[in-house]
Amino acid sequence: MTNINILKPTRDNFQTYLYIGLTLILISIFDVVLRSFFNFNFSTFLPGILNLFLPLIIGLVGLQMIRLEYSGNKIIDKINQSVNNNPFNAGLTLLIIFLTLLATPPALNWMIFEATISGDTKEACAASEGACWTYIKVWFRRFIYGMYPNDFHWRINTAFIFLIAFAFVGYFMKGKLKNYITFYYAILYPIIAFIIINFLISGGSFGLEWVETNAWGGLSLTFIVSFFGLIFCFPLGMILALGRRSELPVIRYISIGYIEFWRGVPLITVLFMSSVMFPMFLPSDAFVDKLIRVIAAIILFEAAYVAEVIRGGLQALPRGQYDAAKSLGMGYWRMQIFVILPQALKLVIPGIANTFLALVKDTPLIFVVGLSEVVGMLQMAKTNPKWLGFAMEGYIFASILFWAICYAMSRYSQYLELKYKTDR
Amino acid sequence: MNHRLKNIIPQLLTLLFVLAVIGFFTINAQLNMDERGIDFGYGFLGQESSFDVQFSLIEYDGSHSYARAYLVGLLNTILVSVLGIIFCTIIGVIVGVARLSPNYLIRNTAAWYVEFFRNVPLLLQIFFWYYAALRALPLPENTEPLFGVTYLTVKGYYIPRLIWENFDILFYSILAAIISIVIIKNYAKKLQEEKGQQLPVFLISVSLLVILPALTLITGMVQLEVALPVLKQLSKTSFIYADGISVPPELLALVLALSLYTATFVAECVRAGIQGISKGQKEAAASVGLTPNQILKLVIMPQALRIIIPPTTNQYLNLTKNSSLAAAIAYPDLVLVFAGTALMQTGRAIEIVSITMLTYLSLSLAISILMNWYNKRIAIKEK
Repeated sequence: MTNINILKPTRDNFQTYLYIGLTLILISIFDVVLRSFFNFNFSTFLPGILNLFLPLIIGLVGLQMIRLEYSGNKIIDKINQSVNNNPFNAGLTLLIIFLTLLATPPALNWMIFEATISGDTKEACAASEGACWTYIKVWFRRFIYGMYPNDFHWRINTAFIFLIAFAFVGYFMKGKLKNYITFYYAILYPIIAFIIINFLISGGSFGLEWVETNAWGGLSLTFIVSFFGLIFCFPLGMILALGRRSELPVIRYISIGYIEFWRGVPLITVLFMSSVMFPMFLPSDAFVDKLIRVIAAIILFEAAYVAEVIRGGLQALPRGQYDAAKSLGMGYWRMQIFVILPQALKLVIPGIANTFLALVKDTPLIFVVGLSEVVGMLQMAKTNPKWLGFAMEGYIFASILFWAICYAMSRYSQYLELKYKTDR
Repeated sequence: MNHRLKNIIPQLLTLLFVLAVIGFFTINAQLNMDERGIDFGYGFLGQESSFDVQFSLIEYDGSHSYARAYLVGLLNTILVSVLGIIFCTIIGVIVGVARLSPNYLIRNTAAWYVEFFRNVPLLLQIFFWYYAALRALPLPENTEPLFGVTYLTVKGYYIPRLIWENFDILFYSILAAIISIVIIKNYAKKLQEEKGQQLPVFLISVSLLVILPALTLITGMVQLEVALPVLKQLSKTSFIYADGISVPPELLALVLALSLYTATFVAECVRAGIQGISKGQKEAAASVGLTPNQILKLVIMPQALRIIIPPTTNQYLNLTKNSSLAAAIAYPDLVLVFAGTALMQTGRAIEIVSITMLTYLSLSLAISILMNWYNKRIAIKEK
């Protein structure tokens, strides 16, 4: 105890304690910097474990010496409050700083200073210890477009440009046209999207060569699968949510059964079902493309999750809204479309965004039926005999890609949430 | 009459639609199976499976039946799920509390962890751990021991095997310890509610759990032998550790990825739960003189748990379902063993996929019943 009392500053001797404490902290950080950047350790004469923890001990003593409430120095007060309010927190602070310092040089070396990006064969990377970004560079087109023939990549690009352009049409619907905006997005847009993808990417007519869906892949396939999943599972989920809240018992129980069934099974078994079981359920001469079967399975699966999210919004609405709508003489559908759903959907924007994020993150699972989007292409590239041994680079590339997509989506949903927030 | 008709017609139409879809599928399935000469039935479960499984908790080889293979897969799935749930709860609670820490660095480190790990697809994380991180481990012959007796190698994690004699006595002693802990806990609760005294329940429980089994060991009723992993040469260049328990790298990668991924969601639930308790509760507790630890234990946690448990249950369910991704790295779980290998061999798609789905449905149901029971136990009891 006396030890701690010695280290405890008072208002009178704080100046001295401050100087000594700051010096000690600086020494400890300096020690770690020396160890990690210059590989030099000045305390090797100490026994092993003490040598290892020396900076931590010095730093803790230093932080202890500057810990004083309302010391009069604003900066010190701020430091004390935010990272140094008790010995435990001080220790964790030091640990985080030291670990970051220790991890920085090897990580930087591997990722930047010793990495290779030049050349286009594996041999270019053989000389250095660092990451081989050449691998990503060479395989980049494959990661984005899959096995789609190189000459036709413009078709995928054009198709996506068209899709985005048609998505923005809603912004230009003014005046009377605005009444049809829901109709456009719910029914017309999916049909247009399907036509674009069918004729441009799949081809087979208008002089475009037919490319079978097995060749599709990479990031573009991720986008196609999540895009169709997104636009179709939303209306289906809405209907299921209304069905679950319906007063008609048959409809309610069918909806409950559907939702609980799909929510209880993993997506991977659903995809298995779509690939091995579903063909048995169709007439023997009917042929449904693998990709369409997979997208249908994903839609049916995610719709159950969307339904539960929307149900949450429906339940959160006060009864008065229903009563008011009914008292105006609105029928069931008019009430739902003009009064209930607009309010309920606004409430559940974060939930729906989460479900869509889950959908995007689930797309790699289509590997079980032999389709390969980004992660699938990585696995393919990894086992390519010419490019063995670069798994790490590939996974880092793909994680950053997915992270960026998902982070952007979650940010956008936060923006939407704020935009449609109305005080009630 | 008009009103009733208005109610009945949509229901009738929906029912007809569902029946038509089911009927269409059934008739097609029947026709297809007739065409290929397969008959529907679960008799194949008794046949000899004639395939091997890499990792199994029960005795199994190719001469056992498909039903046994199913059991092997199911047990492996349950093993991964239970391990994952335990670890994701531990990490999740720590990170969730850390996100509310007054320490700026800890708060932000935790936030970055959550933001990163939940925005990267789980499959990618599993691949990362299995193909990149664990492949970088040393070969068995070059491995330095971890904690003295365990070896983390590229071929798996080798830990000592415990060989018990008279294990049942030890088991009863642990059971006795647990029962007495429950009794003491109830007594402590009564004491707390009636007189406001607090017993050091945690200390007593831990010491009971340690002392009772230790007594059986000391008195010699139970004997324990430890089989340490020993390096063994299989061929000129191939080494393994024998005698210990070997945890295959697939299991390691899967548990790591599942728990790190799910922990981000659990952490968010924990954070939401603690934040959901109004500040007034904390201040009121402080003003009656409770210490910070008592505030957390007696005031915040009991209330926060009510908010935390329902969403956390969902995360446990997700983890169990996500454990099916094991098939991607060839960990022999239910999907790989049964819906993969067994399906390939027998070709009985409908039976096997339906059994697999039903199994997952019942697992989900079991977890949600268990957690609902727990939730009800700690819910507010209004008088």
